[in-house]
Amino acid sequence: MLDFIARRLIAIIPVLAVVAIFVFLMLRLTPGDPAAVIAGDNATSDQIAMIRGKLGLDLPIWQQFAIWIGDMLHGNFGESFFFKKTVVELIQQRLEPTLALSICTLIIAVFTAVPLGVLAAYRQGSWIDRIVMGFSVLGFSMPTFVIGYILIYIFAINLGWLPVQGYVRIGVDFWQFLERMVLPSITLAIVYIALLARITRASILEVLNEDYIRTARAKGLSTRVVLMRHALRNAAVPILTVIGIGIALLIGGAVVTESVYGLPGLGRLTVEAVLSRDFPTIQAVILMFSVVYVVINLLIDISYTLFDPRIRY
Amino acid sequence: MKKKAGIKRRTFGALTAGAALAGGATTVATTAARAADGKVLKFVQAGNMTILDPIWTTAYVTRTHGYFIYDTLFAMDANNEVKPQMVDKYSVSADKTLWTFTLRDGLAWHDGTPVTSEDCIPSIKRWGARDAMGLKLMDFVKEFKAVDAKTFTMQLKEPYGLVLESLGKPSSNVPFMMPKKIAETDPFKQIDSQMGSGPFKYINAESKPGEKHVYVKNDKYKPRAEAPSGLSGGKVVKVGRVEIIEMPDPQQQVNAIIAGEIDLIEQPPHDLLPIMKADKGVQLVDWNPLGQQFIYRMNHTQPPFNNPKIRQAALLCIEQEEYLKATVGEPEYYKVSGAAFISGTPNAFDAPNGLFVKPNYEKAKALLKEAGYDGTPIVLMQSTTLPVLTNTAPVTKAQLEKGGFKVDMQSMDWQTLVTRRTKKDPPSQGGWNLFHTFTVAADIMNPISNTYMVALGDKSWFGWPTDPEMEKLRDAYSKETDPAKAKQMALAVQNRAIETAQYGWIGQWYGPGAARKNIKGWLKAPVPVMWNVEKA
Repeated sequence: MLDFIARRLIAIIPVLAVVAIFVFLMLRLTPGDPAAVIAGDNATSDQIAMIRGKLGLDLPIWQQFAIWIGDMLHGNFGESFFFKKTVVELIQQRLEPTLALSICTLIIAVFTAVPLGVLAAYRQGSWIDRIVMGFSVLGFSMPTFVIGYILIYIFAINLGWLPVQGYVRIGVDFWQFLERMVLPSITLAIVYIALLARITRASILEVLNEDYIRTARAKGLSTRVVLMRHALRNAAVPILTVIGIGIALLIGGAVVTESVYGLPGLGRLTVEAVLSRDFPTIQAVILMFSVVYVVINLLIDISYTLFDPRIRY
Repeated sequence: MKKKAGIKRRTFGALTAGAALAGGATTVATTAARAADGKVLKFVQAGNMTILDPIWTTAYVTRTHGYFIYDTLFAMDANNEVKPQMVDKYSVSADKTLWTFTLRDGLAWHDGTPVTSEDCIPSIKRWGARDAMGLKLMDFVKEFKAVDAKTFTMQLKEPYGLVLESLGKPSSNVPFMMPKKIAETDPFKQIDSQMGSGPFKYINAESKPGEKHVYVKNDKYKPRAEAPSGLSGGKVVKVGRVEIIEMPDPQQQVNAIIAGEIDLIEQPPHDLLPIMKADKGVQLVDWNPLGQQFIYRMNHTQPPFNNPKIRQAALLCIEQEEYLKATVGEPEYYKVSGAAFISGTPNAFDAPNGLFVKPNYEKAKALLKEAGYDGTPIVLMQSTTLPVLTNTAPVTKAQLEKGGFKVDMQSMDWQTLVTRRTKKDPPSQGGWNLFHTFTVAADIMNPISNTYMVALGDKSWFGWPTDPEMEKLRDAYSKETDPAKAKQMALAVQNRAIETAQYGWIGQWYGPGAARKNIKGWLKAPVPVMWNVEKA
């Protein structure tokens, strides 16, 4: 197992190298000049050129790349062109809202979707199954921002139960933190619930016809025990795989959800950095997302062994 | 009736009891809670603020931040007249070349040290290295001298008519006074400190770019005795704290102000104004009566707009009302005006023959024929990410086509546009022919501050017009110290700009702010300032 983990961790290096080259080139080769954005609308070409020089953007691309890679190898991810802060500081500042949103979303999604999927499979063809699958299609088809605005309109504007926007850090006021997490987490969770419920249903349906399920039933075990202990456990591997893949969905969804609810997280940081062409920030955030994605998938792979003892690395 | 935002604690507690166990709910007192005055204003600007140096960038959000924490030697009042602000008294020698400024008593930086002449001189120099009006002023300055801690002189090489207008310039870049050590920073590098002598202090520890910027009242600030007027007069702070909330989505801003989560919005989009007008808790505030002006800029270095006749033909196609209807909509928020230097200000003159108001397509076609326009499509850059600008380009396309032009409208985000407009290549190789922008009216009220009037070739704003005659006129204006004569020179500059078709001004418009009904005292000025604002 340790050997497997080590190999997977080493495999991160080429992945990151490819991502680094791709992101760097993509940013340099697409239109957009941070110096022009910094200088503002009234600046002249000369002033923009001066700023470009100060930022090192007038150097040849290979030289800019070498400086960036060299700095990163020394643990320096650079300074934002705009914020006058290191990228690491910026990411640290924005990490909490995104982490909170992701965790709340995952909790809501898993604890809603898995029981719904199991129930739909168990009652295959019934009205419950149809409702769950109908919701699943709807949830998957509706853009996140539409869901967000609908929820805001109902629960924040009309009913006044929850705040429209904003974020309060968990250490500042826990209740306000929770109040502000409810709508964004549900918004983001809906698409995830839709995906996960479908996969759970399909996986459970597959195992429900297996001999060991029939045996468990023949032994007189209750339906709950059969479903939760025997069926769900054996159907867990594909469900876990989808949770892993869904992390990418979560990252993409966080960008939109954070914008709709005014959460100052990494998603919004990414959007702001892209719009202003803040190269160091975009590069660092994308690299960080890549590492997160790879590590989460590694953790998912490891977790397979917990549910299926036959899997060995 | 709107219900109070916030779910009932008991209900919410029941829903989240498990989470509470894990969280160990703790409340950390913030300075908000401690603020003696208790009143917190939550203000949303018309864009995110990422840069805190108002000299390094011309971004309006950063300029507004500057007015919170810095003060200015002079300031423009509500009648567009320049009045002393940090300056107590000033004088000019009989030959109009030696200006003497004396600072008023009680000026201090946020750390309590007094503001001195030694601080003001490098502050003016740093601003003068970046701002268009500052650069012009510096052309005339021979030297500065600190006479004593509160008095300094500015020796000019020859008389300059815009000394006070320059030092009292209301919008980007504003000549803010900074402590000597900070003001000596390279003008092309961002400053590190946020220490000023203005009515608010910036709280770095609580400010999180992308989330909020926090300002508290500067208790040591000594406002002038006069009543506030525009950006001048007594800057009396009536709240304990102001938070600039970063909220990029306009719909979210409107939802938040209706729900009472924020107090003021600088400039909500026009299409959302009816929603706020209909809400009992929200009022619209016309804080910037000068408004803004749309601009249309041609590239003078590339065909076909390197031909003045073809540029003139383009101007003949302009019908301002079509732009204003397409972008602003409601007539109460726009004004059709042929004045380059803003209708309602001292240098305002209507353009001759109904230019900009009534198009003359037949004359445009005749001019194109005369100029030998070969039908090469005009590369028109359309910004799709600044809502107020998005609809300008399609109107231009339609109008130019009616006048006999062929137009290739290319859509892009604003950041791509601002990068591409720096390119001097032919349009077929990544260059351009025409784009639109808009500017705060206060920035363009005279021929020197109006960047679009500069005709110094490569040193001009994008489009790079070259016109020695225009520069002569601008120079003459800048040296004229008699206001009546200066006004006539401004007219000459406008006429010259029309004659050479230097650029197109395509309409003035106004964007009111929104405030909760319990907010009072939002001053009328070209910048949304938060002194004098009260929260009941």
